This record gives sequence, C-alpha cells and structure tokens, in this order.
Amino acid sequence: MNDAVLELSRVSVEFSTERGPLKVLEDVDLSIRRGEFVSLIGHSGCGKSTVLNCIAGLVSATKGGVILEGREVTEPGPERSVVFQNHSLLPWLSVYDNVALAVNQVFRRTKSKQERAEWIEHNLELVQMTHASHLRPREISGGMAQRVGIARALAMQPKILLMDEPFGALDALTRAHLQDSLMEIHSNLNNTVIMVTHDVDEAVLLSDRIVMMSNGPAANIGQVLDVELPEERDRISLASDDNYNHCRHEVLQFLYEKQRKIETLGASASDQKPEDESLQEVSNY
Amino acid sequence: MAAIVSFIRPLGGLLPPRSSRFARLFQAVALPLAGLGVFLLLWSFAAGRIDTSLGQFPDPSMVWEQAVNLYDEHRASREKEAGFYARQEQRNAARLKVDPDYEPRIRPYTGPPTFLDQIVTSLLTVLSGFLVATLLAVPWGIAIGLSKTLHQAFNPLIQLFKPVSPLAWLPLVTMVVSAVYVSDDPTVPKSFLNSMITVTLCCLWPTVINTAMGVSSVNPDLVNVSRVLRLSTLDHVTKIVLPSAVPVIFTGLRISLGIAWMVLIAAEMLAQNPGLGKFVWDEFQNGSSNSLSRIMVAVIAIGLIGLGLDRIMLTLQRFVSWEKEQER
Ligand SMILES: Nc1ncnc2c1ncn2[C@@H]1O[C@H](COP(=O)(O)OP(=O)(O)OP(=O)(O)O)[C@@H](O)[C@H]1O
Ligand SMILES: [Mg+2]
Repeated sequence: MNDAVLELSRVSVEFSTERGPLKVLEDVDLSIRRGEFVSLIGHSGCGKSTVLNCIAGLVSATKGGVILEGREVTEPGPERSVVFQNHSLLPWLSVYDNVALAVNQVFRRTKSKQERAEWIEHNLELVQMTHASHLRPREISGGMAQRVGIARALAMQPKILLMDEPFGALDALTRAHLQDSLMEIHSNLNNTVIMVTHDVDEAVLLSDRIVMMSNGPAANIGQVLDVELPEERDRISLASDDNYNHCRHEVLQFLYEKQRKIETLGASASDQKPEDESLQEVSNY
Repeated sequence: MAAIVSFIRPLGGLLPPRSSRFARLFQAVALPLAGLGVFLLLWSFAAGRIDTSLGQFPDPSMVWEQAVNLYDEHRASREKEAGFYARQEQRNAARLKVDPDYEPRIRPYTGPPTFLDQIVTSLLTVLSGFLVATLLAVPWGIAIGLSKTLHQAFNPLIQLFKPVSPLAWLPLVTMVVSAVYVSDDPTVPKSFLNSMITVTLCCLWPTVINTAMGVSSVNPDLVNVSRVLRLSTLDHVTKIVLPSAVPVIFTGLRISLGIAWMVLIAAEMLAQNPGLGKFVWDEFQNGSSNSLSRIMVAVIAIGLIGLGLDRIMLTLQRFVSWEKEQER
C-alpha cells in the first residue's frame, strides 16, 4: 500500500441531530491507488455520500482522518473536485462560464489568460459539449448538464475526482452513453476516481475495485471486490463474460443476502427507489 | 351581427393553441378595453345618483374635463413663469446699458405649484426614499442572510417595525428632522426630507426580508461548489450568493416600491408636504364644485404612476434575473 494516493484511516462520522447524535460511519479504512477507479456501493442512507464528502472535506470526520499524499485533509479544495448528483451548475452562467469560473479560480496564478481559455475549450471538448458552450444549464438536457459538471470537475485538474451518483438522475440510455464517455476519459487521462453509485452494472463496468458498504447506522466497509476485467471494456461483449457475471453476482449477493435491508414501516418512497431499480435489473437476467 | 357573435363565441373559453394572431390581439387588447367600458358605464350610472355637499359625484366626462383643465392651468403657469423671467432679463439688460457695474439679479418665480409640478415632486420624493431604502436594505439583508447570529439579533426588530404605519412614523420624523436638520440655506426643503424618510422607514422591510431570505436559501450544492473552488468571501458573495438571490431581492424591491408610493401619498396628505397628497388635501379643503373631479384626476394619476413604477421594476427584474419565469 505504499503507492496509495489517498488513505482513509479509522474514519468515524457522527452528526448531531434533534434526536441526539447519529453515528453514520464507524472506523472506515480504505486506501486508493493512483489511477484507480473505485466505486462505492451500498443501500440508500448507509453513508456513501458521507464517505465521499469526508474525502472532499465538506464533512469533517469526528474520529480518524483522510490523508491525501501524506497530508491530512482539513477543508475542501479543487485538488479533490466533486461531480454532484444534480450537476450543480450555476443557472445564471453559460456552460462555458461555468467551466470558466472553476478554471479562472484554480489557475489564476499559474496559467495565462490565453492558456486558460484553451484549457476551458479543451475540457468542453473532452465531454463533447463545445457546441453548446453559449447555452445556459436550463437550456440543455440533464445528460448534457452532467457532462458539463464532469468537465468542470476535470478542468480543476484534480488529484482525485469524486462523483456522487453522477448518473443517478438520468435515463438508462443517456446513462450508458455517459458511462462510455467516462470510461474513455478515464483510460486517456488515467485519473484517480471515486464514484458513489447504486447501480450494480455501472459499478462492475467502470471500476477497478468495488467497495461495498454495510448498512448504517455506524456503517463500515463490508467487502471489497477486485474487478479483474481488461482495461478496455465493451458492455455488449461483457454480458456473456464469466468474470463480469461473477462480479455482478458477488455484489448482488452482498447487497441482497448479506446486507439485506430490513424495510422499516417509516421508509420513504425515495429510500426504496434505488433498490427497486436494481431489483428490476436482476429480473432482466 | 351574426358574424360578430360567431367570432366572439369561441373566445368565450380558452383560446385554442393554434389561434390566429388576430385572435390573440383581440384577447390582449379588446378584452381589457371591454372591462374598462363596463367600469365606465357603471361609474357614470352610479355617479348620477350620488349627491354630495360639493354637488354631484363626478362622472367620467367631468373628470376628463378637469384633467384637461389641470393641464391647461399648468401650461398657463409655465407661460406666466417664462414671461416673468423674460421681463426680468429685459429690465436687467436695460439697467446694464445705463450702469455697466450693475450686477444682474434674477428673482425666482414663486407661483403655486401646478398639478404636474406636484407629480414631479412626489416622484422625486418616492424615488429618493426608495433609493435610500434600497441602499440600506440590500447590504443589511445580505449580512443577515449570511450570518445566523445577525439574523437572530435583528429578526425580532424587523418583525416589530415591519407593520408600523407611516402615519405613526411621521410625527417622530418631523420632530427629529426639525431638531437635527438646521441650516440657513437648506439645499433640500425639510418637508421633502420628512416625506422621504417616512417613505424609507416604511419600504425598507420587504427588501431586507427578501434579501435575507434569498441569501440564506442559496442552493447548498452551489455553496459546496464554492467551497471546493475555495472562493474568497468576496467572490463567494458576488459570484454565488448575490446572483442566486437576485430574483428574490427584486421581488422584494418591487413590493418595497409599491409600499413606498402608497406611503408617500398618505404622508404628504397628513403632513401637508408638497406632492400629490397635498394636492388632494388642498382640493378637499377648497371645496369648490370641481374639487371632487379634480381629486378623481389625482386618484387616477396616482394609480397610473403606481402601475408605471411597477412595470419599470418588472422590466428591470426581467433584465437582471436569470429566472425567466416571472409572475406578472
Ligand atoms: N448533515 C447531516 N446531518 C444529520 N444527518 C445526516 C447529515 N448528512 C447525512 N445524514 C444522515 O446520515 C446517513 C447517511 O447519509 P448519506 O447521505 O451519506 O447516505 P447515502 O448512502 O449517500 O444515501 P443515498 O444513497 O440515499 O444517497 C443518513 O441517515 C442521513 O440521514
Ligand atoms: Mg447519497
């Protein structure tokens, strides 16, 4: 584990709520290698976003800590850029200006004006959004907005790219399309990526490793699965790949046998939705 | 006739989605005109039946007559003023010829303000009161919106002062202004300050409240974007907080300007400060047979100006706001 870029060491997170303290994470240990693509999967509410926000520095650990290249993370920063679930573009800025805001902030001292403009264009090209650079977020589709969100995060040249259910709000076709784009970008740039997802296929398709979380409260890492598939992956040929199906099976088994979520009476509709979706996909096979 | 009926009937309900431009125009122009027509009819009908101590309640034609009269009076007054200055200049020129050392002096014209003069005074007062209120309220609202501590400190005060009527403020303002504002050659008259400060005090609150609300309810994801980018506090406020609060702030400003205009008329009436309110009060006190018609002219003018101010704010709001859907 000496080439680890990022290390989570005994991270515990406790939120204070009206009904007293709520322990969400307990002793999470994880180490991520450079260039690795890691997925975090687990039932709704188990604390996936909390892990990600801890790494981003948006939430601070109650105990333990996050160490990036030997230094402890204490606050958010552009070297750990985040792609949020609902794109989070500034609605009053054009696509171009949204990326420009990030680039001009991060590279205001290190790049000339000309270089920054080129860098903005380059990142928009990377996600194939140059044709819409003058449009506002509300004028483009959800999938396109998510692409811009990815471009903005990539443009910060992060050491680690954090994504919280980046494709969760998209329809299946758009999602597949964006997954392909993401795979291509990752194989070209080889960045370190941590992605939260509740989609088993997505996790297996994209990741080098899948980190499965146990149910909360006081959630932990239940199991880590190495995905031994070639770098170049094609979703159609994978469907009949033994290794691929083995990985899917492992994850499904973890989620639906070992960590079967006991539905409480108070469970809200939104809590159930991700599960239902995944279950549908199970029945497809 | 049959043609008209068949034309109107389909417009009774909602217009079909692919209605012609002509039909849309009809809906936009003709229907409001019809509403106005009905109103005028009812007004004429009722007016003939109301007798006051100042004679019959004015019907639309009498009001129109007085509107024309008021305009003519204004023209006459302006001509008189021009003549007054012209005569002075002639006299000065004549004296200069005789005595080259003479320093010409022009005495200002001091005729009574006309109806249009009163409108201008009222507009100037309301706009300066509103401007001062905006300059105070927006920064204050931002501060309260950004800091929970400040919010808790000031919120009770805001809630306390918000419902206070202008008529309650006015005596206090008048006394304070005459005590504090003492100068031999006042650049702005005291009465102007009284009205303006009263307007400011009353129209401050909606803007403060809306600004604070807009600032404190910025989408948390956008706040996170700002944190990840490590924007400075200034950049955070100017690039994230203010733009996202602009639509809400402008809604507050629109309410404020509406209140400012209502408050001003009341304040002018009560305090006898120059402006439309004083015009109404003077006419009421005069009690001539034309008074009621002239007051009606003022009422309509007040309404039209209020409407105009609101439209201007709406246009401004559309111009600066990123939220394209605005209530009308
Ligand atoms: N700021 C907070 N204050 C209090 N409780 C919180 C806070 N943030 C999260 N929680 C709680 O912590 C738990 C884990 O939340 P988290 O958002 O990390 O779950 P998640 O795994 O991302 O779920 P989902 O799949 O629905 O996004 C939840 O029970 C949530 O209610
Ligand atoms: Mg989450």
